[in-house]
Amino acid sequence: METTAEKKIILEVDHLKQYFKVKTDSLFKPKTFVKAVDDVSFQLFEGETLSIVGESGCGKSTTGRAILRLDEPTDGQIFFAGKNILELSKKEMRKLRGDLQVIFQDPFASLNPRQTVKQILDEAMAIQEVVAKPQRMDRMLELLRYVGLPPESLDRYPHEFSGGQRQRIGIARALAVNPKLIICDEAVSALDVSIQAQILNLLKELQKQFQLTFLFISHDLSVVRHISDRVMVMYLGKVVEIAEKKTLFDSPLHPYTQALLSSIPTLDPTLKRERIILKGDVPSPMNPPSGCRFHTRCPFAMEKCKTEEPALKELDRNHFVSCHIAENLPQ
Amino acid sequence: MNEKNKPILEVKGLKTHFTTKRGVSKAVDGIDFTLHKGETLGIVGESGCGKSMTSLSILRLIPSPPGKIAGGSVLFKGKDLVTMPEGEMREIRGNEISMIFQEPMTSLNPVIPVGEQIAEAIRLHQKLGKKAAWEKSVEMLRLVGIPSPEKRAKQEPFQLSGGMRQRVMIAMALACTPEVLIADEPTTALDVTIQSQILELIKDLQTKIGMGVIMITHDLGVVAETCDKVAVMYAGNIVEYASTEQIFANPKHPYTQGLLDSLPKINEDVDELKTIEGSIPSPYNMPSGCRFASRCPYKEEMCTSHKPELIEQNDGVKVRCWKYTDEWTGTIKKEEVV
Amino acid sequence: MLMFILRRILQIVPVIIGVTFVVFFIMQLVPGDPAVLLAGEGASKEAIEAVREQLGLNQPLYIQYFEYLMNVFKGDLGVSLKNSQPVLDEILVRLPITIELAFFSIIITVVLGMTAGIISAVKPYSLTDVSVMLVALLGISLPSFWLGLMLMYFFSVKLQILPVAGWDSLLHVILPAVTLGAGGAAIVARMTRSSMLEVIRQDYIRTARAKGLREHIIIYKHALRNALIPVITVVGLQFGALLGGTVLVESIFAINGLGRMIVDAIRTRDLPMVQGGVLFASLIFVVVNLFVDVFYRIFNKRIELN
Repeated sequence: METTAEKKIILEVDHLKQYFKVKTDSLFKPKTFVKAVDDVSFQLFEGETLSIVGESGCGKSTTGRAILRLDEPTDGQIFFAGKNILELSKKEMRKLRGDLQVIFQDPFASLNPRQTVKQILDEAMAIQEVVAKPQRMDRMLELLRYVGLPPESLDRYPHEFSGGQRQRIGIARALAVNPKLIICDEAVSALDVSIQAQILNLLKELQKQFQLTFLFISHDLSVVRHISDRVMVMYLGKVVEIAEKKTLFDSPLHPYTQALLSSIPTLDPTLKRERIILKGDVPSPMNPPSGCRFHTRCPFAMEKCKTEEPALKELDRNHFVSCHIAENLPQ
Repeated sequence: MNEKNKPILEVKGLKTHFTTKRGVSKAVDGIDFTLHKGETLGIVGESGCGKSMTSLSILRLIPSPPGKIAGGSVLFKGKDLVTMPEGEMREIRGNEISMIFQEPMTSLNPVIPVGEQIAEAIRLHQKLGKKAAWEKSVEMLRLVGIPSPEKRAKQEPFQLSGGMRQRVMIAMALACTPEVLIADEPTTALDVTIQSQILELIKDLQTKIGMGVIMITHDLGVVAETCDKVAVMYAGNIVEYASTEQIFANPKHPYTQGLLDSLPKINEDVDELKTIEGSIPSPYNMPSGCRFASRCPYKEEMCTSHKPELIEQNDGVKVRCWKYTDEWTGTIKKEEVV
Repeated sequence: MLMFILRRILQIVPVIIGVTFVVFFIMQLVPGDPAVLLAGEGASKEAIEAVREQLGLNQPLYIQYFEYLMNVFKGDLGVSLKNSQPVLDEILVRLPITIELAFFSIIITVVLGMTAGIISAVKPYSLTDVSVMLVALLGISLPSFWLGLMLMYFFSVKLQILPVAGWDSLLHVILPAVTLGAGGAAIVARMTRSSMLEVIRQDYIRTARAKGLREHIIIYKHALRNALIPVITVVGLQFGALLGGTVLVESIFAINGLGRMIVDAIRTRDLPMVQGGVLFASLIFVVVNLFVDVFYRIFNKRIELN
């Protein structure tokens, strides 16, 4: 593993905030906001896979959407290949979308049911003008080969394929425009394990072949462990821990990460682990707890945690944690 | 121990077929298993394997038409549920055998307060008055760990989080202290930290009530954590039936092996995951031989021509695969399979 | 909830202003000069001019409209060009009649429609279902004037158990209300049926079955409340169609209601009368819609969150 200094940053998210206004019934009540993403900063290096994990409502998908500018962020900056994409015009952004692709959880919902695979791929290439018209057919067949679909798939419609095959079409569409970065938003979550394994292998293979960078958004920690180089854990709109995969899974420092890891069922029935079971539900992002947002469920919470918000600090090399307790542990 | 060995539910040769325009889909095609008191049996498999239809068939809840129980029996304390009159069946549902479903979001009635949804089952089966049933329902909500249950009981499902809704489902299912609980993917829609809460809760209540649990899931992790025995289903059949320890330590059927291999492991690193090539056969057009043959790395001619039976091995594991029979003619020896 | 109702009431104001605007200017486009009509045939140019002056018809249009609007807010809807009676008085005489008719019609729409829909949905594709839906299809297809005449012929002329026309007793209400409500009932029946069939497939109905509940409790307690949510919206929309229908039905059964008044006023180009009539009809519609919205929210508390 190289050191961070030598690596090229492809994407930098800087103090990103994404608040959504909540409609209130009263004219007099103050407006309330869901702070879906609240001051999130991280960097993504070229060729790596960074995963964002967390439970529903932690802001992982919202972060992905902000990077794609599917929602306009409330505050903060996002640099892609050195350019602040939040300042780009619609036209410039459209051009940039060629470098920045996305694969969604539900391939069926993201593919137009009235288009054949050929039309889907052709349209993707036409928008970005990456391949001249006469060469498109060759390119399409090449793409299908990459994702492991037979050439005759071209004339078929999405509903004629199984879930795993549809996800392959989604990947082919993303690849069609020669992207640099692909955001995979729960890309394998809806698939059966045997199919999930096929798609994960495919993604890894394509990454090597085309030097792709992945931002992999998932709630499944086993999948994340398999595919990532680095992992970022989010809780209620905040980053609680970022580290290299091995560090994070072997020696997590944040109590939330520890609980998250210990709640994954193991495949060894003889192994009876001491499990950390968190009490209660995730609080509402409309009214997040003061201080450290995790303090209401944290087994180690101190008085300080209720009032003072911990900052994200580099406690070990490339290991960032935002926790008052972890900070004070002897290294 | 003796008490525990008493079977409460015996499923024998259960078949559930769906008749549609495309033909007859044999969703469940001859299933046998036994559930004992206080035991947890896992039924595991991928989508379309028939595990959910098996669970719905036990309580005769399959949508009919087009579904129909085409054969076999489900013996509950000696009585056959398949042939039982509907009136008697209703007295068993939600009372002696109850069920929780995958989607707590859609499985609760959106316009009825959750307390009432629990209380109506109590009134029905325990012949309690309105007030007593309501109090019992609040008590159940407290038992499943819902804070301020008096207040929550009056709320409608949309006011509750996903985890809380699943707790309500559990409270509803356990309100009449059933002898069998069928849990159909109870944690699939939930976050991991909530999943471990719910699994812990089910285990906890199981020891209190002493009920048998059938855990339907696609998640082998959930099986490893909660089950005593496991039935692995593939294309409407059970392909392997063993204790949880045996399944994970020494999976016999090539499908079980493939399933375990294709899972990314939380405690080991591999560059490439093993996969099972191909896809499941169409339920309308099942192959006449072994249903897994087209995807099996050990496939021989006999596998495509003749269907293997579920046969008990020396170690008590039941497996549906020619490799473990004396008729096996393949080049790979019986012992080399594992 | 209170804020919601208040806000909805406030929203009525611009709607009403919009209605006056549309009505006022559409009437201007209609050929024919009310001054000529009023002055009588063969009146001299001067006489026509005098009438025009008197009614303010020589003013620019926007001033005429503005004055009209101001008067509306003061409760003055002008004077009928035909009989010089205040428009408001004329309307207030006829309004209760039309409201009564509409009320009974909507009751028929709801009760008949929902009952038929439920009966159909409980045993889909059965003989009962097919026949009920066939009748419903007829109900939608039959024009109300034909249905009205047929009912009149059968019940009043042949059987002689109901009065032919007029508006004196509750017996008089039956035929017009059935005529007016039938189409809506048919639509509500079809809607209730499809909504019920949709709901019966839901997971929570399966949960109710898994509890061991009896089928009729599942239908009436668990399915119906959910199935009726979209039906409420349809009933609200039907009310609008129903108001339009009063025009025909009141003419057929010789009922002196608002609908018939508007038709007469249009025929005689009695501009203030038409404006007043349409304004009131819109007001009724808007108020009914307000009730539908409130009712919908009570029924479906979930939408309060969004």
